Amino acid sequence: MSEEKAKAKFSIHGLNLRYQNFHALKNVNMDIYEHKITALIGPSGCGKSTFLKTLNRMNDFVKGVTIEGKIQMDEKDIYRQMDPIELRNKVGMVFQQPNPFPKSIYDNVAYGPRICGIHKKAQLDEIVEKSLKQAAIWDELKDRLHRSALSLSGGQQQRLCIARTLAVEPEVILMDEPTSALDPISTTKIEELAIQLKEKYTIIIVTHNMQQASRISDYTAFFLLGEVVEYAATTDLFARPQDARTEKYITGRFG
Amino acid sequence: MKTKRMQGMFCKEYGWRGLTIFFGLFVIVLTIIIGAFLVYKGSDTFLTFGHTIWEFLGSAQWDPADSAEGGGQTGALIFIAGSLTTCGLALAIATPFALGSAVFMTEISPEFGEKFYRPIVEIFAGIPSVVYGWVGLTVLIPAIKTIFHRQVGHSVLAAGLVLAVMIFPTITTVSADAIASVSQECRNAAYGLGSTRWQTIWRVVIPASSSGIITGIILGLARAFGEALAVAMVIGQTTAIPTSIFSTTKTLTTEIAAQMGNAMEGGELKSALWTMALLLFLISLLFITLIHHVSGNQDKEEK
Repeated sequence: MSEEKAKAKFSIHGLNLRYQNFHALKNVNMDIYEHKITALIGPSGCGKSTFLKTLNRMNDFVKGVTIEGKIQMDEKDIYRQMDPIELRNKVGMVFQQPNPFPKSIYDNVAYGPRICGIHKKAQLDEIVEKSLKQAAIWDELKDRLHRSALSLSGGQQQRLCIARTLAVEPEVILMDEPTSALDPISTTKIEELAIQLKEKYTIIIVTHNMQQASRISDYTAFFLLGEVVEYAATTDLFARPQDARTEKYITGRFG
Repeated sequence: MKTKRMQGMFCKEYGWRGLTIFFGLFVIVLTIIIGAFLVYKGSDTFLTFGHTIWEFLGSAQWDPADSAEGGGQTGALIFIAGSLTTCGLALAIATPFALGSAVFMTEISPEFGEKFYRPIVEIFAGIPSVVYGWVGLTVLIPAIKTIFHRQVGHSVLAAGLVLAVMIFPTITTVSADAIASVSQECRNAAYGLGSTRWQTIWRVVIPASSSGIITGIILGLARAFGEALAVAMVIGQTTAIPTSIFSTTKTLTTEIAAQMGNAMEGGELKSALWTMALLLFLISLLFITLIHHVSGNQDKEEK
């Protein structure tokens, strides 16, 4: 699959990020391809989540962060030419812990469209149904849309959060260890969902689980101590790692 | 030797348990006794002097006889109306400020909020009511006279303003705690979807903390209902139904405080005052029930 010519959604050049004195990302250069799943792997504290959060500027909320370098999305510099609100409308995020709002299922999904100014009932109904269907959870929830989202199981909550993200019609979905709090069956469902969704969206997923990375992703980047050690097509990276450290990590000899 | 030590441990165990149970039960018993006492005293108006509950609650004819023969009129509507209008006004004034302050000190400027703003608000809560009343009397009353060109500055408005300042810290701190307890995940979810700060606060954080905010408002209202001294100093103390915010009137608490000293024991007036005290007790009971209902609903939703 690696030979098809994919378009870069994100181009990252010389990205350095510091939390006060801690150098969390060191000279990251990569292209992230459209309609692919890119997995970010690496041991805890290696900077993969930090990197993910620079892509929708969620790091803006962290005190003492300084960012150098350039991140372009569709040739637009996201830190200099885009407003964070506009960016986050295009780059949705699914978090590690399912975090539905303490509202009804319907209101959770309708939240995004509503803040974008859509208030017509019929239009909202349509978006909610479409988003829940895309997240493969419509059949389970269609009869209880007005129940509290907090009454759902963890796996359902996470798929609801994905539906809520889809309702904004983003171009990119960032997933920060979306299955680490879930049971194996829910994990499988989310993985299948990610594969379906890449036809329409670009997906970047942080995962601790190397089997997950190899199962679902097209490209994998291995992070270590803030550096991208290796970034390649997933099949190549797992079959023929170029760097000794990558090989050690994927064979479980350190982490 | 060993058994002796064991015996000592058991004695302590039961001793402590007995003591805590005693203190715990004592408080419950005390509350029940106070309630029962108020019912006993307050029911005289209806049982001994033969007035109806509807007369007490719905009539503005207040002329109880200060004797055991009775025969006067015990309509407490003036005081009920006085309490409702002053407290309602106080709530209407204090709530926006309190909510704004709570959002400011938790969301907008948490560092400054925790370091300076919260202590300042807490100072408000600690000032004795006589001080509020006196300041109101000295500052507010002349101000109302000048600004609104009134003969008398004493008014429902003055009482409402004084009460608003007094209940503001309660509503603010309880709301701020509720807002601060909304999880960071919830905020992240809102920001992650492209919400502005205002949208996050208004559409996610405040709804998620609404039960705490309502609790704060009810606690503030309960405090306002119970306040006698500061209100008495600025409300004018005339026995008349308030017709505007510039009217002078009385409230349940100010009337009790003003009359209890001179009323004859066992007389109609004293009984009527006890009935008003009972009404205040029932109102606070209602508020507490409401608070439990509100927070109970929230818990249910989260399960």
